[in-house]
Amino acid sequence: MATSAAPLPEAEATTAAEHSGKSLKTRKWTTYLPMVLLSIFFLLPLVIMFVGALKVDDSVLADGDSLRAFIPSPFDGNNFSKANDRAGLFTLFRNSVIVSVVTVAVGLVVNSLMGYALARVPFKMSKAMLVGIIALTIVPFQAVAIPLLFLVSELGWTDTLYVQILPFIAQPLFVYLFYSFFLAVPKELEEAARIDGCGPVRTFVSVVLPLAKPAFATVGILHFLQIWGELLWPVLVTTSEDVRPLPYGMSIFFTQPPISWGDLMAYATVTTLPLLIAFLFFQRWFVQSVARSGLKG
Amino acid sequence: MTTDAVRARRMPRQTRLGDGTWGWLFSLPGLIFLGGFLILPFFYAIYLSITNQKLNSPLPVKFVGFDNYSKILQDGDFWNAFKNNIVFAAVVVPAQTALALWMATLVNQKVRAANVFRGIFFLPVVVVLSVTAIIWALLFNGDSGLINTFLGAISGGALESRWLESTTMALPAIIIMSVWQGAGFQMLILLAGLQDIPQELYEAASIDGATKWQQFLYVTLPQLRNTLIFVITVTTILAFRLFDTVWATTRGGPLGATDTMMVRLVQTGYERKQIAQASAIAVVFFVVVLTLTLIQRVILKENRD
Repeated sequence: MATSAAPLPEAEATTAAEHSGKSLKTRKWTTYLPMVLLSIFFLLPLVIMFVGALKVDDSVLADGDSLRAFIPSPFDGNNFSKANDRAGLFTLFRNSVIVSVVTVAVGLVVNSLMGYALARVPFKMSKAMLVGIIALTIVPFQAVAIPLLFLVSELGWTDTLYVQILPFIAQPLFVYLFYSFFLAVPKELEEAARIDGCGPVRTFVSVVLPLAKPAFATVGILHFLQIWGELLWPVLVTTSEDVRPLPYGMSIFFTQPPISWGDLMAYATVTTLPLLIAFLFFQRWFVQSVARSGLKG
Repeated sequence: MTTDAVRARRMPRQTRLGDGTWGWLFSLPGLIFLGGFLILPFFYAIYLSITNQKLNSPLPVKFVGFDNYSKILQDGDFWNAFKNNIVFAAVVVPAQTALALWMATLVNQKVRAANVFRGIFFLPVVVVLSVTAIIWALLFNGDSGLINTFLGAISGGALESRWLESTTMALPAIIIMSVWQGAGFQMLILLAGLQDIPQELYEAASIDGATKWQQFLYVTLPQLRNTLIFVITVTTILAFRLFDTVWATTRGGPLGATDTMMVRLVQTGYERKQIAQASAIAVVFFVVVLTLTLIQRVILKENRD
């Protein structure tokens, strides 16, 4: 802030004032105008989606050439149930919730345990294992999807919920994020617990876990975003509506003529709303998650 | 703390397993999952790529050497898809990085409501890619989509296009929706980098009479170098994974205009059941990703020296 500006040379005082945004009106103007224009670019498609979800099918597209695109009229509240009748919206929503929640919950346990072992429980091969984990962060899932498809279809696992869960539980990047978090936690607390006779399990559960909430939130959010949107793997391994998740269901719905835009936007809304609400309530955590994911390089 | 410690001392001693054993036990679930679903299929991909394996086929499997690779490398469709990935990367990487950096510098200023704008710019990141594709398919609609309406109004119809149905404009449409969805993510990573730059550097620069633009060029950019390299590498790798938006809308069409390596992977391995040939595509894809990562490592190392 510009508090220390008084005794300083003029040039620096000006910059300090500029940094606090309290200088010339023109400066504010050049800051806010681009921000407002960018906001329109980022918000407009979402507004169109919400409005479309509440509109009569034919009008969603027909009104695209005027300001009526932003008014939910003629109103139609049945798009959600129509999308359910035609494409099993609610079944697919249930599938997506089960797959995402189970993957992330089990993933948090598996990845945090491994990250903790690598950071804090020295054992033979732990150095080599860490190098291995870092090397594996390079391998994208897409590079192993085809052989995995062959394996799971030989095993008869296709078209189930668990085949969509198992491959995404353990992830090298998340193990590494936990590892670097635990490495930064002060050792003294754990050492005190160990001296008092706590084994590694008790130390982890009662001393380390309470400190690690930020790490769990970070990894949990990144993991959930990834699983909720996953499209390639469900395309390969699911064939029936009973187990199909939302993103795949929607792409199928989109290719079945006639396209009813109102129903589609209702579909898009149901897929988007849970994450959007979570983001509005936990914005700080989302921001930290993404910022932390960049610490890797 | 003390009461906890006392309580802990009174607890019956746990069975005395050495740290070594516990380390393995803690790592075991992770090792099993990573082994079964990442390491094994990774090597299996290399193995399958030199066989003639098909999906759900009773035919005997035999080795075919590098036949699958030479088939891919002589396949015009594969090169067309690869070219689309390159074009996509060549446009999206600079455009999205520049946009993200601009947004990061905008919301990094200490102005009122900067956090609100940061939230708005990030909002599309929580919209999954297939939903992004469907919403933009409505906006890009050739008959009465909002984008044509807007372009028609400012250009008298000259800039209107069939977008996703056009061989020339489908890829640009895919590019625009990808940037819309992804820019907020990069913005946050760059913002974290911006906030790590010591404020004194700007103060020193402005004492020396540097303008805002000069400060950006000679302070911000060099200080942000590692973060930028990271963002550029990740975005480039993502460009070669391009799949969701294409699959949800054009499926690679019209006439291969939006075909990508990942679309070919799915069509070859799943729809045509050519597991072996798709595995070869996967291996080529991995080599591309590995090369990009190694280039990043080398540049980062040079920077440290």
